[in-house]
Amino acid sequence: MHIITVGLSHKTAPVELRELLAVPDSRMGEALKRLMTYSSVKEGMLLQTCNRVEVYAVVDQVESGFSAVQEFLVDSHLSLSAEQLLPHLYWYSGDRTIAHLFRVTASLDSMVVGEPQILGQVKDAFRSALTHNTSGVILNKLVQKAISVAKRVRSETRIAENAVSVSYAAVELAKKVFGDLSARTVMLVGAGEMAKLAAKHLINHGVRQVLLTTRDPVRARTMANRFQGSPIPFEEFRSEMAKADIVICSTGASHYLISAEDVQRAVRERMNRPIFLIDVSVPRNIDPAVREVDNAFLFDIDDLEMHVEQNREERRAESVKAEAIAQEEVAVIQKWLQTLVATPTIVALRKRAEDIKQAELDKALGRLSTLSDQDRETIEGLASSIVNKLIHGSVVTLKSVAQSSNGAIYIDAARRFYDLDSGEEASEEDDQLSSSIVASETVKSASDQKNVQHVDEPKFSHEAKG
Amino acid sequence: MTVVFFQLTLGLYFLGTVMFLVCLDRRSEVLSTIALGLAGFGFFTHTIALAFQLLSGDDLKWVTFHKAMSFFSWSLVLVFLVVAIRQHLYVLGSFILPLAFLSLVSTAILPTEAPVLHPMFQAVWVHVTLSMLGTVGFAVAFVAGLMYLMQERLLKSKQFNVLYFKLPPLDFLDKLNQRSILLGFPFLTLGILTGAISAQITLGAYLSWNPEQTWAVVTWVFYLFVLMGRVTVGWRAKKAAYLTIVGFAGVLLTFLGVILKSSGVPVS
Repeated sequence: MHIITVGLSHKTAPVELRELLAVPDSRMGEALKRLMTYSSVKEGMLLQTCNRVEVYAVVDQVESGFSAVQEFLVDSHLSLSAEQLLPHLYWYSGDRTIAHLFRVTASLDSMVVGEPQILGQVKDAFRSALTHNTSGVILNKLVQKAISVAKRVRSETRIAENAVSVSYAAVELAKKVFGDLSARTVMLVGAGEMAKLAAKHLINHGVRQVLLTTRDPVRARTMANRFQGSPIPFEEFRSEMAKADIVICSTGASHYLISAEDVQRAVRERMNRPIFLIDVSVPRNIDPAVREVDNAFLFDIDDLEMHVEQNREERRAESVKAEAIAQEEVAVIQKWLQTLVATPTIVALRKRAEDIKQAELDKALGRLSTLSDQDRETIEGLASSIVNKLIHGSVVTLKSVAQSSNGAIYIDAARRFYDLDSGEEASEEDDQLSSSIVASETVKSASDQKNVQHVDEPKFSHEAKG
Repeated sequence: MTVVFFQLTLGLYFLGTVMFLVCLDRRSEVLSTIALGLAGFGFFTHTIALAFQLLSGDDLKWVTFHKAMSFFSWSLVLVFLVVAIRQHLYVLGSFILPLAFLSLVSTAILPTEAPVLHPMFQAVWVHVTLSMLGTVGFAVAFVAGLMYLMQERLLKSKQFNVLYFKLPPLDFLDKLNQRSILLGFPFLTLGILTGAISAQITLGAYLSWNPEQTWAVVTWVFYLFVLMGRVTVGWRAKKAAYLTIVGFAGVLLTFLGVILKSSGVPVS
């Protein structure tokens, strides 16, 4: 049994090609079934996002597996030819497949490293494979491990911690001023996209009230509906500014709309409560002299970019740690895979039986000190023959099925029934993971949603499904 | 026995301080946890030292400058541990622990075992304890003010460095500032009142305007204004931070008055 992957990603293929390979959710079953028609493919899973299409498969021979999966990919779209596709594909087998899957799931291979959607997408792919019965003992174990590795990376490194989008950076900065954002008021001046995104993030973080103003009253009303805010006449927004803790400015005006005096007055009216201003308009709409006003904090688009860049640096640094975690886990899974061969399992099974027999004999014979040598031999013979007969069936089955496509299942089952891997504490945790994946959608959406805001900037594409 | 524990405490606070200062520009959680552990262990030995002192009871309880400062330092660390653990705000240690350490060091280097006040008034320790608790409030406010100014500067100059990430939000620091003064102020008020009473008993006058008393009254009036100014004319945020730093300087001058007086330097 070998584990392989063949696929392409944003690093190797243009979006036009990735689009062609994408299988709609409704036809996933069909695609998986087609994959399984190749005789060398024993287990299969199809992972696809905007940025990648990958097939993970368990095959009996690496070479025939590669060509099968490759053929599968070429056939997935009528207009595709092998010559067109091949230069963009990558092929991994064995350790490298495992490492790749772990890296992908932990968002180390993403366009925006650390973005959270990919974990959900891997879970989706796995769920499809489970639903259509194309995943077996090896893929189950691998993907579950990949998911737990991703979680470990998330909790042990700061790879997903800080904002890597400009609009989200605004939220982080606002939090550094105000701490808790609930009970705060935000004022939107103008209706630029970036400003709307930032406002959306702020609302998600509990901002209580939204005031908004644009030159066009109709637009102000539609925006008011969208954000459930109160519109303010454009002529009056300067005098209303004192009510806002956060002011986001993004208009098409070619001059400064907010002067240092305006802000000074607002701060005075606010009795020196800090006011936080974001200017995402180009050319700028807030006079940079506002920086000199005490208790006013002005950030323009460059400042936000700088904040984001710092966070990206941080993520890059953290991804080194994450890579190490992934490598470490590859070794763990590799060890498990090696046990899935018949001979060592049979040896382990015999040893286990022998150990138990010997231990029980020692105990019993210790108590029966008066026995003659002959009695002793009889008892020992009895113990041996019980044990041997008991495991005989298992050994024969293991030998006969080892080479079949279900071999891994039997071997894994035998290892569990006879507790041959005691000391490998991870397996139980993985089982729970599996059932939680199958059973509940909610876990995924709840845990992923809170981080979604980090990367939904239009200017950065990411692993989200197209 | 007491001395051993004091020295142990001093050592632990020193190590904790160094550790916390090292932590300032490092993101390692491990280091700050170790620093917190050192502070916590130091607090433990400090408590034992103070308990020994109390139980030995061979002299009046808090009447010497040494003991007052030691108590101050102990309360400061207590407040720090409570706030740091509850708010998960270890960075506070980089500011408070040095202060606690220095106050404890001051007891070791200042040659004053003389009583602060005439021991005729048996309840003088009440005065000292209350004043010290008030001072702890102002010390925390001072630290909050200091952190506020640092964070404000980092935000204004767009330096998103490690310290920026570690320091809490401005709003939190401003609230911490206000609350510590609000808590410290009643203690100082009671401390001054009991001080006046003990002065009446020992010196025959409630107020003799010696440097210590003068500064205490000035400090009291000052903090009263700080508290009122926040509500009436908006002395908050940056202004409040500056004011509490100045106020704490006043507190230190009061201490100086006490030291000068108790070490026999002619005053007035």
